[in-house]
Amino acid sequence: MSILSLIIKREFIAKVRNKSFIVMTFLSPLLFVGIAVFVGFLASMKADLKRIAIHDEGGNFVNEFVNDEEYSYHDLSKIDLQFVKDSVLKESYEGLIYIPKTDILSTVQNQVQFISNDSPSMDYILDVEEVIEKKITQYNYEKLAIDTARINLAKADVDIVLKKASGENTVKGLNEIKLFLGGAFGYLIMMFIVIYGNFVMRSVIEEKTNRIIEIIISSVKPFQLMMGKIIGNSLAGILQFLIWTILGLILFFVFSTIFGMQMGATTAVSGEAVAAANPSGFAEKLPLYINEFKQLPLFTLLFSFVIYFIGGFFLYSSFYAAIGAAVDNETDSQQFLLPIILPLILGVYVGFFTVLNDPHGTVATVFSIIPLTSPIVMLMRIPFGVPWWQLVLSMILLYVTFFLVVWFAAKIYRVGILMYGKKPSWKELYKWMKY
Amino acid sequence: MSNILEVRNVVKKYGDYTALNSVSLAVPKGSIYGLLGPNGAGKTSLIRIINQITMPDSGEILLDGERLESKHIQHIGYLPEERGLYKSMKVGEQCLYLAQLKGLSKQEAKKQLDYWFEKFGIEGWWNKKIEELSKGMAQKVQFVVTVLHKPKLLIFDEPFSGFDPVNANIIKDEILELKKQGATIIFSTHRMESVEELCDDIALIHKSNKLIEGKLTDVKREFRTNHFEVGIVTANVEGLMYDLTQQFTVDQASFKSLNDDLKLEIGLGTATPNELLQLLTQRGQVTHFVEKIPTANDIFIKTVSQN
Repeated sequence: MSILSLIIKREFIAKVRNKSFIVMTFLSPLLFVGIAVFVGFLASMKADLKRIAIHDEGGNFVNEFVNDEEYSYHDLSKIDLQFVKDSVLKESYEGLIYIPKTDILSTVQNQVQFISNDSPSMDYILDVEEVIEKKITQYNYEKLAIDTARINLAKADVDIVLKKASGENTVKGLNEIKLFLGGAFGYLIMMFIVIYGNFVMRSVIEEKTNRIIEIIISSVKPFQLMMGKIIGNSLAGILQFLIWTILGLILFFVFSTIFGMQMGATTAVSGEAVAAANPSGFAEKLPLYINEFKQLPLFTLLFSFVIYFIGGFFLYSSFYAAIGAAVDNETDSQQFLLPIILPLILGVYVGFFTVLNDPHGTVATVFSIIPLTSPIVMLMRIPFGVPWWQLVLSMILLYVTFFLVVWFAAKIYRVGILMYGKKPSWKELYKWMKY
Repeated sequence: MSNILEVRNVVKKYGDYTALNSVSLAVPKGSIYGLLGPNGAGKTSLIRIINQITMPDSGEILLDGERLESKHIQHIGYLPEERGLYKSMKVGEQCLYLAQLKGLSKQEAKKQLDYWFEKFGIEGWWNKKIEELSKGMAQKVQFVVTVLHKPKLLIFDEPFSGFDPVNANIIKDEILELKKQGATIIFSTHRMESVEELCDDIALIHKSNKLIEGKLTDVKREFRTNHFEVGIVTANVEGLMYDLTQQFTVDQASFKSLNDDLKLEIGLGTATPNELLQLLTQRGQVTHFVEKIPTANDIFIKTVSQN
């Protein structure tokens, strides 16, 4: 067996046998499901009921406000305004809607006040405005003798149908789906780099603190050891992801059979009602979505994922390995880690903010070619269709950078693993490269 | 006798600091070679270069007449001063792994391990993790790892540190046994008594330069001071002292003796031992007369403090 495969094997086994690895592998899907359930539970909880006082001097609007789950309205028009204001201050009411009396109803529109201690949410104020606007509009129609029934008849409801140049129908919201798909892959790469890069770093530090490093590198070249570590750890990571995928699929099937039976019972009854209520609903457009999904460059996406996954992980792990070699313990590594994590975060932000708006714009294109961000940004762009030359250029740059970084990292690694006791500065790291 | 290792004009710099300033050494085949020097002298730098952990800036190293290359790794066994093994790895697996890194096949490694584990009576440790062992036990495992692949050249950096006297003795016997089987041993230590006991040759490195090299007996001859330790029983101490100080330098000496005698250390200068003996026998009963041979310790301290 070659030296490199021996090292890979050891690193892999050491990682996989580690208790925390086993716990992480089997516990985190449970944790994930647990968190999802918990968040769902929180979201389904009702908000506290808020009491709103209304002082409507003209009495024209008070009946327009209808109590709902969140707000209850209380007509305090007959009570002295100052007294009502005081009770708001004392917080027996969340807020007070004050509508003064005017001679002509429509002139009230700029005189309505909302009085409260805490500023209310924008959404709520818009709701209140809408209620009052509706009433005034209605009043205006009547005053101008306009037939509201005819207005309703005249109203149009435009729903633009999206078509592609090829003539096929398409659907709205597709960009979001594309971004989600690419984003999921990009995000996966980022998480993998952060988690497993850290493992590589820890493994290097461990060898340093154990002092076994001197024995090992009297037998193998530091470069072999470093590559063995990176590959061994990434294989352990891939195994973990495989287990998660399988566990995820099992969970999915278990849940869908359990809930599927319940759903089946209810949809049989309410299916028609839903269809009737929502004639242009999701069900009708579903084939379009599936059709679109099939037309996404899935093969390119998966293929690129593998390429970017390997390139990106190796590139970043070499940084992590060099940092691990440079420091004596994990606390010292922080100052060196920041510049590594920054481009990763930048990649994710650029991905989510610019790719969605303009997948072929300058910013998205540039960041999908720069090696440090390309594994994330390019994967997000691929579902939108990327010219092949950009893809090739980006991949070549990634791997060229990878080899350069490995070369530099190996130099720092070689010197660093034998240095003890002092926390190196950036300047010293630069010096090490020249040893 | 040919040399198994030749170091020729090796220079190693770390930035502005020179760790080895054109150092040359010749280690004879089959010898135990003491590499001595104060802390920070450059010993570890040299050992790392021999192990190909770092590369020299200039100069060359020959192992058995061949320029040192990566294939020679399997002929060298190295026990670093800073011991270390993977803490959470099992003893057996760890030894197998390290032996395989040295180029042994798994079967061969297993065979050698069985031999050594039996020899040290540690067969039961195979499935233990290093973190479950005491420091001395881990040191034994480390020793086994170093010699497992039957290297021609063994480099021990402070091999006895961490061992109790019984185990230190076992290790010492093993080192002598390995020598008998034909291995050459480079032995770096600060314990001068073990240098006296084990080493055939020594080299002393100080401040990045080699100051002394040669057979231990030759070096000692070079450092002899013509001082003699004398024990004498005499009635007239003052008379004796007067005579002695006329011709020689005289000091108090301390050595073990059964007689209630006067213990002196006498520097002969240019005189011969017989001249001294003659004078002594005229004055009293000589009970002790031995040349004071410089110890490795004396040589070490003298050389280091002079430079």
